[in-house]
Amino acid sequence: MSDMLALDFMRQALLAALLAGIAAPLVGTFLVQRRMSLIGDGMGHVALAGVAVGVLTGQQPVLTALVAAVAAGVAIELIRASGRTSGDVALAVMFYGGIALGVVLISRSSAGSPSNLTAYLFGAILTTSRGDLVVLAALAATVLGATLLLRPRFFAVANDEEYARSAGMPVMAYNLVLAVLTAVTVVVSMRVVGLLLISALMIIPNATAQLLSRSFAASVRWAVVIGVLSSVGGVVVSYEAETPSGGTIVLVAIATFLVVTAVSAVHGRLRRAAHARAERHDHEHGPRCGHPAVPHGDHVDYLHDGHRHAAHQGHYDEHGEHEEVTAR
Amino acid sequence: MTPAPSLIELRSASFGYGDRSIVSGVHVTVEPGEVVALLGPNGSGKSTLVKGLLGLADHQGGEVLLLGVPRDRFREHTRIGYVPQRHSLSASVRATVAEIVAVGRLPHRPWWKPASAEDRAVVAESIDAVGLSDRADEEVASLSGGQQRRVLIARALAGRPDLLVMDEPTAGVDTASQHALTDVLARLVAGGTSMLVVTHELDALHDVVTRIVCMDAGHLDFDGTPPEYEAHLALRAHHHGSGHHHDDPGRPGVRRVLGGGPLDPTAQAVAGE
Repeated sequence: MSDMLALDFMRQALLAALLAGIAAPLVGTFLVQRRMSLIGDGMGHVALAGVAVGVLTGQQPVLTALVAAVAAGVAIELIRASGRTSGDVALAVMFYGGIALGVVLISRSSAGSPSNLTAYLFGAILTTSRGDLVVLAALAATVLGATLLLRPRFFAVANDEEYARSAGMPVMAYNLVLAVLTAVTVVVSMRVVGLLLISALMIIPNATAQLLSRSFAASVRWAVVIGVLSSVGGVVVSYEAETPSGGTIVLVAIATFLVVTAVSAVHGRLRRAAHARAERHDHEHGPRCGHPAVPHGDHVDYLHDGHRHAAHQGHYDEHGEHEEVTAR
Repeated sequence: MTPAPSLIELRSASFGYGDRSIVSGVHVTVEPGEVVALLGPNGSGKSTLVKGLLGLADHQGGEVLLLGVPRDRFREHTRIGYVPQRHSLSASVRATVAEIVAVGRLPHRPWWKPASAEDRAVVAESIDAVGLSDRADEEVASLSGGQQRRVLIARALAGRPDLLVMDEPTAGVDTASQHALTDVLARLVAGGTSMLVVTHELDALHDVVTRIVCMDAGHLDFDGTPPEYEAHLALRAHHHGSGHHHDDPGRPGVRRVLGGGPLDPTAQAVAGE
């Protein structure tokens, strides 16, 4: 571990992984909520065309990729908002047009070699320069700041667009800002996991976080924790195992997801086995229902004919007989 | 002080989507303190009317005044609290009752400002008003359909509205939840909340409704008090017998109300208290 940290390029690689590990799941939360999990993938395709333009014209590929990804993000939102059925096809044309253009342009450039293309498609974290890192850190800070500030608004719009509009919120503006932040995140993660694997780092930590939390706030925190663990952990593993960093990071994220899924399935089964349902009744317990409420651990039981009833999903659990009937 | 303006005033208003007109030439007002039921068969345009009011469907003609202000200049959106018709809350990510209700406070503060202590107090109050304070930190997906409907009512209440606009609040809700829901609505009305409720069944609401407006095929069909509505239905039944044409798919639900209401949802809820 210490010999790894002694290497300059490894320190830079770990820092880049940390930035991507924070930004990608943070933005990904809202993509999952809007059921647009694969949008990051499409933006990555278009960003490749931007990278190619940069390589061909001698510009910084990070900046040209940023322009292409932001343009794609805005176009996606506008096509979506138009609500046309042909929108789906339009998106496909844009995404595959982007990647095809990228491949062709890179092959035409003097620096065009298959290894160059692979570096952008699958990540080349070890080639991250100090200059790159400054740009990436600035971009990641923008994503972090904007997402934390606008989180309640993004949540509201993604949760119920119709209500948000009726309440006078500028829905389109928030959707466009989120699209731009997604594009920025694509560019931040481009070096770390590669354009073809970016979506994975945005989505998989969120899928895992959904299993670990029951509130939105907690799921966002878990997603970032898991994202950082996967990206930094993936870089460490790739150093030890001499594997490509991008693929390793995604495999670590998937392994985490599978382990958490298995553990929560076993946990759920044990809980189901341990709980008893109360008899069905056409009465809903609540603070004003007339039945005495008794605190019981982290919840409230209602005394129903001497039995403790606790709300559980759509039914009531039997929490045993209540001897000393202590009315409120 | 001038007298309080009507909450809603429509003068030959038309609404639709794009170049398709669904509701046309509608005159309706809702005054403070009223609880108006908007009845009509499926496809009669009642949801479009409500969406038009809220700016979710296109306003195609006539005048629409919200709290005395023309719709296109209306900015105090939170004064009209919308409770959309949704069978369940989005389950793509987890969210607690309190998190959903907190959304209702957002229009009250600038985008950069975090929630204040007052915001949190209003959220807790709104959750209490719909009788879900014991489940505020639970995930909404674990609640029943009727309870989720009450979460949406609480979200609208958190905006501190003058008027609640509800789209089919009782549709597809099981009996136990329906009792709790009517109980909540009755309590809100007793507290002075005005309402415009789109529904196709009066049963759950007939104790609180002060006026009934009926729509059919995009037009208003009837506007009056509940007793006038009964008379209207009786007359219509008479005409029906003499061959006068009138489709009335909503009749079975309405008949039960006329029959004195064998389903009296509030009776049981009151007995429980």
